[in-house]
Amino acid sequence: MDMKVAKKLGLKERYTMMTRDLAWDTTFQPMDKVFPQVGYEGIKIHDWDKWEDPFRLTMDAYWKYQAEKERKLYAILDAFNQNNGHLSVTDARYINVLKLFLGSTPPLELMAARGFSMVARQMVGAGPRVACMMQSVDEYRHFQTQIHSISNYNRFYNGLDEFAHQQSRMWYLSDGKSFFDDAITAGPFEFMVAIGFAFEYVLTNILFVPFISGAAYNGDMAAMTVGFSAQSDEARHMTLGLECIKFMLEQDPDNLPIVQRWIDKWTWRGTRKLASVGMMMDYMLPKRIMSFKEAWEIYFEQNGTALFTDLARYGIKVPKCFEQTIEEKEHITHQSWIGFYMKPDATPFHTWMPQPEELDWLSEKYPNTFDKYYRPVYEYWIEQEKAGNRFNNKTQPMNCQVCVSTIKFNEPGDPMEMCFRETEYKGEKFHFCSDHCKEIFEDEPEKYVQTFISSHAALQGKCEPEGTDVNAHDYRPGARMHAYWRMDKRASGDFNGSEDQKNFAKWRAQATRN
Amino acid sequence: MSMDLRTITIEPLRQTFGHLARRMGADKPASRYMEGTMDLQPVENYHYRPTWDPSHDIFDPTRTRVTMKDWYALKDPRQFFYGAWTLARGRMQETATADFDLAEEMGLAAGYPADGKAVVNQVLLPLRHVAWGSNINNSYIAAYSYGIAISQATAYACMDQLGIAQFITRLAISLDEIDALAEAKQAWLKAPAWQGLRHYIEDQMVMDDWFELFVAQNFALEGLLFPLIYDKLNDRLNAAHGPVMTLLTRFQREWYAENVKWVDAVLKAAAADNPANKALLGEWIRAARQRSIEVLTPVAELGFGAEGAAVLDEVVQQLDARAAKAGIPL
Repeated sequence: MDMKVAKKLGLKERYTMMTRDLAWDTTFQPMDKVFPQVGYEGIKIHDWDKWEDPFRLTMDAYWKYQAEKERKLYAILDAFNQNNGHLSVTDARYINVLKLFLGSTPPLELMAARGFSMVARQMVGAGPRVACMMQSVDEYRHFQTQIHSISNYNRFYNGLDEFAHQQSRMWYLSDGKSFFDDAITAGPFEFMVAIGFAFEYVLTNILFVPFISGAAYNGDMAAMTVGFSAQSDEARHMTLGLECIKFMLEQDPDNLPIVQRWIDKWTWRGTRKLASVGMMMDYMLPKRIMSFKEAWEIYFEQNGTALFTDLARYGIKVPKCFEQTIEEKEHITHQSWIGFYMKPDATPFHTWMPQPEELDWLSEKYPNTFDKYYRPVYEYWIEQEKAGNRFNNKTQPMNCQVCVSTIKFNEPGDPMEMCFRETEYKGEKFHFCSDHCKEIFEDEPEKYVQTFISSHAALQGKCEPEGTDVNAHDYRPGARMHAYWRMDKRASGDFNGSEDQKNFAKWRAQATRN
Repeated sequence: MSMDLRTITIEPLRQTFGHLARRMGADKPASRYMEGTMDLQPVENYHYRPTWDPSHDIFDPTRTRVTMKDWYALKDPRQFFYGAWTLARGRMQETATADFDLAEEMGLAAGYPADGKAVVNQVLLPLRHVAWGSNINNSYIAAYSYGIAISQATAYACMDQLGIAQFITRLAISLDEIDALAEAKQAWLKAPAWQGLRHYIEDQMVMDDWFELFVAQNFALEGLLFPLIYDKLNDRLNAAHGPVMTLLTRFQREWYAENVKWVDAVLKAAAADNPANKALLGEWIRAARQRSIEVLTPVAELGFGAEGAAVLDEVVQQLDARAAKAGIPL
């Protein structure tokens, strides 16, 4: 009897058949026309087959796992909403964390979704293409589940309703917008370093721990579940970012200086972006998890050191900004909260002065800096507020040409001095918050002269609601910013006395007493 | 007896987000599809021009010649946001996997008659590369199209095509024809019958206009290929060898039946927006239909011999009917 022995495939071999064996080198159209973007950044790839798949997930398994996760997640969201879960959060100040989050995070996840679609189209190797397209649809998942989990809060609280409109218009959201616009307008390899490595690998825990643990600590089961459900996706994304770095470094020694420059640039840009996350940890969560300083020590200094020790064998050095971030971790969250508190009319979330025990917590967590530099500011403002004179700065801020943060951070080594840098390019002056941002500009001035800085653009008449006549004789630039932002007046101002504060107290009483 | 359970009722301040209320013309609850799709892509105040395409903005409606008063009119009648999509695919893969398990356990796959296997090896297995081509082309649309309605649906279509390529691969493994995969790849790269189709797919890979690519790839080519293979050829194999092939290609058939509803809705919405679109879509369909017929003729002959042209003509008529129903005269 003629019996053919069934051929068995190993896992790796099977995955190869399921992915990279599908691809072929085109011959009717030249490969460099089919994949036009892989060369222009200067990265040299000799053998795409050397790419090690960071995870091996075929589509049937992907759909199976993801469907299970989605089923559970939406069941919890429905139950939380039906049960007025929003009234179980620690206090109504917490909801301002969600306002900051909804404005800043889902729009950036969306940019990641589109960016990874672009990289998935441009990478020549089937291995990275498949991993990137999977991350792209994961990012759709993330921005949608985030919006869905916060959607019910929008029905009851102010300031969440215009996040889609505000994403490209609100001054304090431009730092995140600039970060992702910068990455997506770079080539495919730089995008991978910016988002896949610097953001997802080096900095993601600093983002993840405060938001998700913060939600858990403060009774927000909806946001907590979204975060935990995203965690297994994030694990895949982290391995992809790291694999991409190693792949570039193993392919050609000429790639090292390019990759090092990108790591320096994107770690710094990410650090600047995280200042507002740190502020949320130290000031906005009614029940705190840990201080930003502690989180920075664990997730950046310790984990980062281990990571860069591992990468040292490729010649990679720790990012240039490493030392400066260690000094800054004692300052930036205080400087950020002060910056936001000063502008109560210009944010769709509320700000407030810390309560006495919260000031003591900050003193304890920041023994080197808080009592010396920041407590006196708060004590003065608390007094002023009691006297009916809540601080309100109505001017436009000055922003950094690269990271678009308001210029407010201190001179390295001198907390009493604000840090300013400037440079001249083609006869025009440009301003920066730091040496690192100045250096990023000088590496690519043609790119960074384009930065859209809304507080500056507003003064040029470029931020007006539709239908404004900027040539009218009584036109004043920036006078109609609230209309331009579509900002509900009820959403701004101090937390004390806000509609959110009153409604939450009333509804909670209704739910807990007769 | 029904129980009237009581819960605390709190009057909400608003029912939905501002951009959705303006879109619906009233403040009323919006579906999760709408919340996760409508008006979310940035449209203004971009910080930088792409270094890879300085003549356009990051998201730019002029990357296609189609124009739309509202890009979110290109919505998905299946209302697939990520959760709905992945749940639907999760169910489909579960059924398909159960079919594979059944066919394997009962020895139906490995014992599939040699005549049948020969047809599968020759005609079906090279299609995993066609699916990969569709995956690349849909990732182009997902990347460079305008508005989340179309970018999201094409991102999912891109993954669906990867899934289809993998189900075809699994078919070969089930039939115990792993070596045939290598032969099928050689045929895809070298055999005359496949070179026209490969040439066309490679031409699609360098198409600039994403909407034209959508028409060529998702409407014309797949609109002929899927009925040709998964209806007509499947019927023929079943008539000769019993219904095993229906089990082993279930995912593709179910997927196609659902996917055409989305593809047709997109074309219909674009054609309805303005007469220039309608004319342009007609022009693109005629060109893509003609080229698809040319390159699929030798494939049809592989599957149906002398009757190939006649069978292909039947599916062409189905395609023409779909175009007419979408309001596009050919």
